Amino acid sequence: MPYKILRKNQLGNSGTLFEMVLDTPLIAKKAFAGNFVLIRIDETGERFPLTIADYNSEKGTITIVFQVVGKSTTHLSNLEEGQEILDVVGPLGNSIHIKKFQNPIIVIGGGVGIAPCFPQVKELKEAGNKVYSIIGAKTADLLFWKDKFAAISDKLIITTDDGSESIKGFVTDPLKEIISKEPISLVIAIGPLIMMKNVVRATNGKAELPFIETTVSLNTIMVDGTGMCGGCRFPTIDGNFHFACVDGPDVDGHTVDFDNLMKRSTRYIAQEKISMEKYVHQCEKIHNLK
Amino acid sequence: MVKKPRQVMPQQDPKVRIFNFNEVPQGFTVEMAQQEADRCVQCAEPTCINGCPVNVDIPGFIKFIKESDYRKSIEYIKQFNILPAICGRVCPQETQCEKECILGRKGEPLAIGSLERFVADWERQNQMKACPECKPPNDIKVAIIGSGPAGLTCAADLAKEGYNVTIYEAFHKGGGVLVYGIPEFRLPKEIVKDEIETLEMLGVKIEYNKIIGKILTINDLREMGYKAFFIGVGAGLPIILNMPGLNLNGVLSANEFLTRANLMKAYLFPEYDTPIKIGRIITVIGGGNVALDSARVALRLGAEKVMVVYRRSETEMPARMEEYHHALEEGIQFQFLTNPIEIIGDGDSNVKELQVIKMELGEPDDSGRRRPIPIKNSEFYIPTDTVILAIGTNANPVLTKTIPELKLNKYGYIETNENGQTNIMDIFAGGDIVTGSATVISAMGAGRNAAIAIDKYLKENALK
Repeated sequence: MPYKILRKNQLGNSGTLFEMVLDTPLIAKKAFAGNFVLIRIDETGERFPLTIADYNSEKGTITIVFQVVGKSTTHLSNLEEGQEILDVVGPLGNSIHIKKFQNPIIVIGGGVGIAPCFPQVKELKEAGNKVYSIIGAKTADLLFWKDKFAAISDKLIITTDDGSESIKGFVTDPLKEIISKEPISLVIAIGPLIMMKNVVRATNGKAELPFIETTVSLNTIMVDGTGMCGGCRFPTIDGNFHFACVDGPDVDGHTVDFDNLMKRSTRYIAQEKISMEKYVHQCEKIHNLK
Repeated sequence: MVKKPRQVMPQQDPKVRIFNFNEVPQGFTVEMAQQEADRCVQCAEPTCINGCPVNVDIPGFIKFIKESDYRKSIEYIKQFNILPAICGRVCPQETQCEKECILGRKGEPLAIGSLERFVADWERQNQMKACPECKPPNDIKVAIIGSGPAGLTCAADLAKEGYNVTIYEAFHKGGGVLVYGIPEFRLPKEIVKDEIETLEMLGVKIEYNKIIGKILTINDLREMGYKAFFIGVGAGLPIILNMPGLNLNGVLSANEFLTRANLMKAYLFPEYDTPIKIGRIITVIGGGNVALDSARVALRLGAEKVMVVYRRSETEMPARMEEYHHALEEGIQFQFLTNPIEIIGDGDSNVKELQVIKMELGEPDDSGRRRPIPIKNSEFYIPTDTVILAIGTNANPVLTKTIPELKLNKYGYIETNENGQTNIMDIFAGGDIVTGSATVISAMGAGRNAAIAIDKYLKENALK
């Protein structure tokens, strides 16, 4: 049974970020912060993971947020409200463990990773925590959900790499400033691998800053999402490995070998390019028919 | 009397088939089937039936072939086995029914598998699908978790008894290992689809994309009115050797490689979006059917050289002989008595070569096979672009960890009694999640046993 797109919005002003609300009553009933779904758009599509960015069990919906990067996300962005996605599988992955922490929590979202931070902030607040949100993007056009975060965070800090909005710089700048001044119980970081790597560098206790427990969310290449293929395995610095799909996606950032993971994430770059070129070519042909 | 030779199915020429994913053996012609069926002596006390895990009345269906009544033959088989087109292809007949065939004592056994395949294919090609009769519906709901061979058989048997059966499948296609694991050239996916349609004709419903333990728990299903459960989720957790270099690009499990190629149809990339990347030289570690399937898929994807590295010798190899011969015909190379030590990278996180060590066979181990022991200072290097690990699977805990009361053994497999019943009265299990990796037909046997036990349990309990 295909899954209907109930709502589609563009996020920010870049034209590359989208939010979709999907009609998935059973998934919505079970979804929690940290979970993801695997999507296959149509019969010839690939399976790719997207973190659940919001959920509403009463309405029976989940929200996904994605940035257009390759063929599948481009295809998804071309679907409109009322159209259907063939397969949505989930909720997968472990839910984050929510409790009341002694000190404030810093939640950091970078780029499209801002979206999956939202349910984490929401649930942590619900449990009575003090939450500081730091959201950052390359440029102001790529920022979104500022109001949503402002409404539920005890503090919201915004950064842009180019200074086109708020603080010029990286999300790690305000992070370092806060943790040097006040005790923090937990840091949660979701964003590009390089961002998460730098967050962990700031909180690992080696940067003349206190050590802080840090979780990162891994959005790796995967096929089945149930531990069956092992394609999502990520190396840890102790020489071991785990599966992002069943051991994560939220994992202890201090154990992740980010350098290796960055290499692993580029495995299919050449094929992704071929796929994209073919899709663009097809779209042009269809466009010319009209 | 001159003994008639055993008929052999025509096969695609290796020089042709290494460039395509079409099926290798082409099936019997009507004449061949007739000649082969005529070899069956219709024993008064047939031994072949005992060799079959689901006890198909083999002389019975062959008698109908002798009479050229293929329709009756397939109808008859389906009373015992709901998946004959699949079993005719992937069952290891040489160690089961054909091993027990009396003709084999003095000559070649009857080609039972080829005959089973023949009537199943005849039915499909002539669109004369035979559907076993069902008892009147009793409206008792049973949930089957997993649509692999165990689940399909259990579902079919229960549907025939009149139960309201729903299968929950994690993937978007039914068949489990039959669709994600076994390649197209050994088991065309159209055939799996067709056999599943037979089940739907019996009234079995299949819910795709539903991972039980995630979207719904067993308790949710109980609340939805299901009175009994059969868990046939397979052993879907690849064993990954934690050797140095494991996380280099180009090292993957056979599960991933085959799922990409088979279920996701990466061999049709870019028509299908799922990519697969193999490079020029591929090394597969392992000696089972999965290893050979991986090697032969890699070859068809355009590999220049494919080598299978196995730590024991040719004799201990668990793969089917037929598959081994096919692989040899196709130019797959074998490096026996060799074990991997380390995967070495090119400095840019890609695989460059595999360091291995020569082995010799010592005393027999728990499996009864002689244990391989490394030979000191015999290390050498195999240049390779891709390393595929096909050294077995373990129990996948995604479902079982959501049923904490369920009794598991120390390896995480479900413990059952001889009828497939677990320590929780309404939960039954069978196939690889109970026994560890085994064959399609043994999983089917387990599905059948469990169906009998579920029927008995429900008649004694739910019907009251």
